Amino acid sequence: MAALTIETAGPGITLQDGGRHGYLRYGITAAGPMDPLMHATANRAVGNPLDATAVEISTGGVTVSAEGAALGIALLAPGFRVSLDGAALPGAVALNLEPGRTLVVRAGAAGAWGYLAVGGRIAVTPVLGSTATHTRSGLGGLDGRGLAAGDRLPVAEGRPSDSAPQRLVAPWLERDSGFIRVVLGPQDDYFAPDQIAAFLAGPWTVSPRGDRMACFLDGTPLRHAKGHDIVSDGVAMGAIQVPGNGLPIVLMADRQSTGGYPKIATVIGADLGRLAQARGGTRIAFRQVSVDEAVAARRAERETLREPVVREPVVRTDFASDFLLGLNLVDGVTDGRP
Amino acid sequence: MSAAPEEPRLLDAGEAALVVEFGSTVDPAISDRVLALDEALGADPPEGLGERVPTYRSLMLHYDPLVLDRATLADRVRILAATAVTRAAGTTLWTLPCCYAAPHGEDVAQVAERTGLSVDAVVSAHAGATYRVYMYGFAPGFAYLGGLPEPLAVPRRPSPRPPHPTNAVMIGGGLAAVATVPMPTGWYVIGATPARLYAPERDPSFFIDAGDLIRFEPIDATTFESLTAREAAGEPVARRWEAR
Repeated sequence: MAALTIETAGPGITLQDGGRHGYLRYGITAAGPMDPLMHATANRAVGNPLDATAVEISTGGVTVSAEGAALGIALLAPGFRVSLDGAALPGAVALNLEPGRTLVVRAGAAGAWGYLAVGGRIAVTPVLGSTATHTRSGLGGLDGRGLAAGDRLPVAEGRPSDSAPQRLVAPWLERDSGFIRVVLGPQDDYFAPDQIAAFLAGPWTVSPRGDRMACFLDGTPLRHAKGHDIVSDGVAMGAIQVPGNGLPIVLMADRQSTGGYPKIATVIGADLGRLAQARGGTRIAFRQVSVDEAVAARRAERETLREPVVREPVVRTDFASDFLLGLNLVDGVTDGRP
Repeated sequence: MSAAPEEPRLLDAGEAALVVEFGSTVDPAISDRVLALDEALGADPPEGLGERVPTYRSLMLHYDPLVLDRATLADRVRILAATAVTRAAGTTLWTLPCCYAAPHGEDVAQVAERTGLSVDAVVSAHAGATYRVYMYGFAPGFAYLGGLPEPLAVPRRPSPRPPHPTNAVMIGGGLAAVATVPMPTGWYVIGATPARLYAPERDPSFFIDAGDLIRFEPIDATTFESLTAREAAGEPVARRWEAR
């Protein structure tokens, strides 16, 4: 069987499908992609089901090659630095990865997460119905861990792609970095109105210590009106809890299934990916929307995924010199945190 | 004739999850209502309803708002919350073998010290009680149990201890727990059960549900080893009793 081989991998590179659903009531979080829209778009670009298994790429960077047969690849890693055998490529690209060639993805000027989808099926054994990796509990992916050098991902029913690399055009991924929209609650009544206003206005700075579990925000601490302990209840992806130190934490794909801090608001589904892509140091503020507005945004997002991902010829860019690519390879491994 | 039950609060957790909150405390009567609604919705789920997550005091309902709108779900929930018959919690009782001895009861001496009880008294108090599974949370297969005898109500540790072993039986903060996946913890490990509450490759992967009752049956370390071998061979060592 053909395979995708991991030549090098920084921390935080995992396999993710649409998530492990049905076991939240037993304490098992869905995991799944940090940027669900980008993950789905990468799968769409190679003709896979939208929730198929793909490689989630962190700023740790990854180098891959094909074994046994050419593999059709869609890579969506806008803002990352990408090269094939040393030749620079766009951060959103479809290509045919032939055995013996090497695809390198490294952190670039922007972007915290990218996705590499392979036409066909990455054939790893699902656990509880899903291949999504949750490293904290050792579930899914390859032995419940992040990918590492030497890993071999078998590809079933592999489909090669057109031979020349093509730029992928998915306008819906050109998301502005403006306000992150939230629905207040479920425990906004633990905060006085002036503190809710302070929460929305921010500005907050995304802390570099975030990971797949949570996005930590730095700024002026919020004050609780009714204490900071609640009897644990359920935690949705995007829930913004405010612990005793008053600094909000947005709970992401690998969050715990329940929690005991008041949750002032919840990031709407359509803005989860934008927040996930904000690297450490990014300044953000929130905007309150109604449930109806959040549903409308979700509907619009669902519609865009019906559009084809357009492919355009790659125009050679002269500034992508071998010198710059050499630098990419040298400083490629970072701490893997956005 | 009893008064109509108080209406739950419906709280949005974004546009795709609704929290049905019956109270704000750990209370078997509140838990009964949570589980009754959970069961009623599970028996006849509206299209678009996703996962249901019961906790001590609330039921989180994940839903696809493009299929099931909030108002429809909220109406359904209000009706069911008023009419759902609170099931007689504790119709299913599990007995779990539990070894409190070394090397499994790592922290039992610390609990004895904190409570002023002897180690034997800690063990007999813990093994003498019947526990109610309130919820799972925190980590895969981490079951929160109510019913810990008052003398064993020690606060949680000020800072977490190193990861507990698999299938640890723990107490802390006035509650008991069985925890399957090793994690650093603020609880005290007083024993271990050879029963695997969670086994991803098994069908079903989980066999104990919120609302079930649990009792622990003390065993020695030798029995622990033999029961662990039986469990590994696919022979369940937890025993189930039905009161229906």
